[in-house]
Amino acid sequence: MSGAATGETAGVEWRLAAPLGLTYLAFFAAPLLILLVMSFSVDDNLGGFSLAAWAKFWGDPFYRGVVWDTLRLGLVTVAMTTLFAYPIALLFIASGPGLQRLLLFIVLLPLLTSVVIRTFAWIAILSREGVLNQALLALGLTTAPLNLLQTELGLVIALMQIEMPLMLLPLITVMRQVDPSLSDASRALGGSKWRTFRKVILPLSLPGWIAGATLVFASATTAFISQTVIGGARLVYLPTLIWQQAMVVYNWPFAAVASVTLLVAVLAGVSLFAMLGRFARTTA
Amino acid sequence: MTRQLNTPMDRGYSLVMGTLAVIGLGILIVPVIIVLLSSFTSSTVLKFPPPGFSLRWYEALLDPVRSRHVHVALSNSLWVALSATALAAILATLAALALNRVSRPSARALEAGFLSPLILPGLAFGLATLMYFSILGFRPSLNLLIAGHIVVIAPFIFRTTLASLTQLDPALHESSASLGAGRLYTFRRITLPIIAPGIAAGAFLAFVASMDNVPVSLFLSNARTNMLPIRMWGMMETTLDVRVAAMSGALIVVVLVLMIVMDRLTNLTRRMSM
Repeated sequence: MSGAATGETAGVEWRLAAPLGLTYLAFFAAPLLILLVMSFSVDDNLGGFSLAAWAKFWGDPFYRGVVWDTLRLGLVTVAMTTLFAYPIALLFIASGPGLQRLLLFIVLLPLLTSVVIRTFAWIAILSREGVLNQALLALGLTTAPLNLLQTELGLVIALMQIEMPLMLLPLITVMRQVDPSLSDASRALGGSKWRTFRKVILPLSLPGWIAGATLVFASATTAFISQTVIGGARLVYLPTLIWQQAMVVYNWPFAAVASVTLLVAVLAGVSLFAMLGRFARTTA
Repeated sequence: MTRQLNTPMDRGYSLVMGTLAVIGLGILIVPVIIVLLSSFTSSTVLKFPPPGFSLRWYEALLDPVRSRHVHVALSNSLWVALSATALAAILATLAALALNRVSRPSARALEAGFLSPLILPGLAFGLATLMYFSILGFRPSLNLLIAGHIVVIAPFIFRTTLASLTQLDPALHESSASLGAGRLYTFRRITLPIIAPGIAAGAFLAFVASMDNVPVSLFLSNARTNMLPIRMWGMMETTLDVRVAAMSGALIVVVLVLMIVMDRLTNLTRRMSM
């Protein structure tokens, strides 16, 4: 405990950062490095150097299709989540403290509910004899039960339950800081509610949306349990492919290629959202 | 409120936004309610609404013979989650103290690095740990699972602790130091009491994340070191085992109680929306 460090606030105290830093080096950075090396290996003992796994992955239209499907799933989930998250956030902002507490509780509950439980519930809701089909049939909105399991729509609906909190928490945080008198002014000047939403609320809440969209995209593209259980055998995404190749086929170099691809794809998506944020700030 | 025009367009806006909000809230809460009600079904198949109510699936779940594998998986998960959360809390709190009020690029890079497991695809990391440990010649064990879980859950504690440190007035440190208090004493008497709720809130989220972790446990657990979510996933994939609903019901009630307790202690809901 040297006295010189007492009032020191300018630099990183490396001695305090070291324990977590070294843990991350040993159990985070090193495994990811091995993953990268594995993708260029001939066998699962890191023997030889070969581009064979990469060539096989990117040379096959099926695997390229899996990459595209995974990215699209992420983007569609972001879009659908946005559609419902904004109205909930608006309702939250307009509510009193008591209702706000209740709403936050509803928003947090899925985050704290096991992923297996959530998926299990959606099977009960989306299956042919499920709750949703019973309701639609009873209301006469459909004559034959809809098939929602093993479809992208069903998967996105199920994913929305866990992704919406990830979007809502940053969105609510930012919208709370927006001065309500701005919306009032827009309304007083004759702006319709739609116009006020588009011209005032949407631009000012953009940083929150971008933070949320980043988390939603990263989470939806890697949601293994939902993808395998709701998507079934018909829909294959990168996480399912990785698991099959690593644990069923035991082709580790190929599984490593799929994993590195997933890592790069998610990072690319995340950077895209970050760039969007910077672009929005400079043009705002 | 100033005079506002309430045109049909405006009424349309309220109708559309209100409807979407109600559907959205339904998506969040209805599945949880359905699982809770289904867990009390008297039927052998998962059907909603249940034809009758009984506690048979909770009894089956508690049966030490029939549900032995579930019990082993639960105790494994609890041990890993408790150990990983305790270790991650120490490491993440130290790291947050190291980066507190430092705005240099090196500090921001380190902060991004410590938070990166939140964004990086967990499944790629899970596979990476399997390859890494197998090349090092380690056999699957609960200790390896703890190491993998620490990486995944430390960011939760790091983030809430860092946030609570920003509320700490640096003048408190200076006055404590100028009164002759050592750094450790200042930490124990000034810093820790102020940031403790932040650490606790993060630790709660970390514990839940560890209990529910799939990507790392999927690759690092085996028949002997089975983890609860993996076990439940297996039960759900093969047969739509209604015990999963009972397990879900029990877990939901535990989480609800924990949530209310944590909210009292650490203002969890406010912390997560700030």
